Amino acid sequence: MPEYLKEILGIVHGYGEGFFGLMLWTLIWTVVKIVILLAPVLFMVTYITLAERKVIGFMQVRFGPNRVGFWGILQPLADAVKLLFKELLLPEKVDKSVFFLAPALTLVPALVAWAVIPFSPGIVLADINIGILYILAISSMGVYGIIMAGWGSNNRFSFLGGLRSAAQMVSYEVSMGFTLIPVVLLSGSLNLTDVVNAQKGVWFVVPLLPMFVIYFISVVAETNRSPFDLPEAEAELVAGFITEYSAMSSGLFFMGEYANMILVSFMGSILFLGGWLPPVAMLSFIPGIFWLAFKAMFLLFVFLWIRATFPRYRYDQLMRLGWKVFLPISLFWIFLTGLCMHLLGMA
Amino acid sequence: MATDIVFYFFSLITVFAAVGVIASRNQVHSVLFLVLTFFNTAGLFVLLEAELLAALLVIVYMGAVAILFLFVVMMLDVQFEELRQGAIQHLPMGIFVGVMILAELIVILSGVHLDHHAVEVTAKVSNTLAIGQVMFTKYLLPFEIASLILLVALIGAVVLTLRKRTGVKRQNISKQLARTRDEAVELVKVTSGEGAKP
Repeated sequence: MPEYLKEILGIVHGYGEGFFGLMLWTLIWTVVKIVILLAPVLFMVTYITLAERKVIGFMQVRFGPNRVGFWGILQPLADAVKLLFKELLLPEKVDKSVFFLAPALTLVPALVAWAVIPFSPGIVLADINIGILYILAISSMGVYGIIMAGWGSNNRFSFLGGLRSAAQMVSYEVSMGFTLIPVVLLSGSLNLTDVVNAQKGVWFVVPLLPMFVIYFISVVAETNRSPFDLPEAEAELVAGFITEYSAMSSGLFFMGEYANMILVSFMGSILFLGGWLPPVAMLSFIPGIFWLAFKAMFLLFVFLWIRATFPRYRYDQLMRLGWKVFLPISLFWIFLTGLCMHLLGMA
Repeated sequence: MATDIVFYFFSLITVFAAVGVIASRNQVHSVLFLVLTFFNTAGLFVLLEAELLAALLVIVYMGAVAILFLFVVMMLDVQFEELRQGAIQHLPMGIFVGVMILAELIVILSGVHLDHHAVEVTAKVSNTLAIGQVMFTKYLLPFEIASLILLVALIGAVVLTLRKRTGVKRQNISKQLARTRDEAVELVKVTSGEGAKP
């Protein structure tokens, strides 16, 4: 952080503490930091929808949205306004509390998890020792929103979609968790900043390439993206657990999905692609936060690329892939990583 | 001061959710209250600076166990009102379990606890490292035995639920590929006027 910024921050802290008192000011300052962190995330959530439509349009030789604003640049705002002003329908005999809690419970974990993401050295909201476990814990909460939506809607299609999604997310959480263990072994820490610092010599994607591939496929399944978007397979289940939701309550589900996509892209960049480290030392004049954002953008692009390329998996194929292919490979790779580290005298 | 406020916040929600588990009429609501209890207990663990336990509680209990509860409760459609009819005859057992837990809590709170087994966690060593160090040195044998018990439970569940359905014409690719000409083709001499016999 540059010196003048530190000085300005010191002055702001001095005034704040004098005006509000230490305790209240700490609270206010934390809220300010959370807003500074989440505003860009929500901005990205809005604009990834446009990016998705543009990229898929390009891949299918179409234009994508190009009417609202120059090059369709205002389309996400038009969509948001549309969603906000639509009527919120409440179907009969739904479980009201569960029905309205579900969309919020999908979006909130996707935003809460950002607390431990380090953007560059020292720029992190909560630099906790168990960052990776925290992310795993928070992302395991995301499934409740979907299963509650499925059950609370009092609709068979929704219920089937919710059940599918719950089974899918729990299964892929297992293989995703196992791909993170070699990373933890190599870096010797659960702290995300330490994980990035451990990649100064070589990015973990090089020794752990199969783990990176499995991680990426698992998070595609975990975020219910195509080709694993079985929960909302529209040909069989109408729209799955979203069927009964209207207006902004369905919008929250989509926001949660996109926020999760961005989150796992940043996680993938931090865990395997060296976080804020530049690929060669020569390029280190570009600030680290741009490198991290660039890597995450690339992974996000791959998400969209996959969606435009692959047909949807069948449900039994999905389960077989998770349990019978990914799980043994990642277990074996944990063993192999440990063995190599032992033989090379790293541990 | 601030910690106290957070403590009472988590505790109040924990107690409220725990009451909700047994008081709510809808069984799915009960499980969701249980999840809320787990989550707030994890919050209490964080206040005790046991962040590893908090994370594990959320990952294991919220992320896996409670989901399975939710699955079972949603699918089975148990009529809890009928179950409640005969609930009074389980009262002695319930009182017994309750008294046991109360007695254990009193024993712990009165200071007769296993303090000499505790490992000192200094500020320098994170509690993940501290737990790992004692778990894989001092308590290695109990740890391995626990893992074996879990393995037995795992295999037992598979054995209990695995069933081979007969009469299902499922495609078995390796069986198909293993066929040889001798098993698959039979040459029959067909006499004219009678046709091939099966």
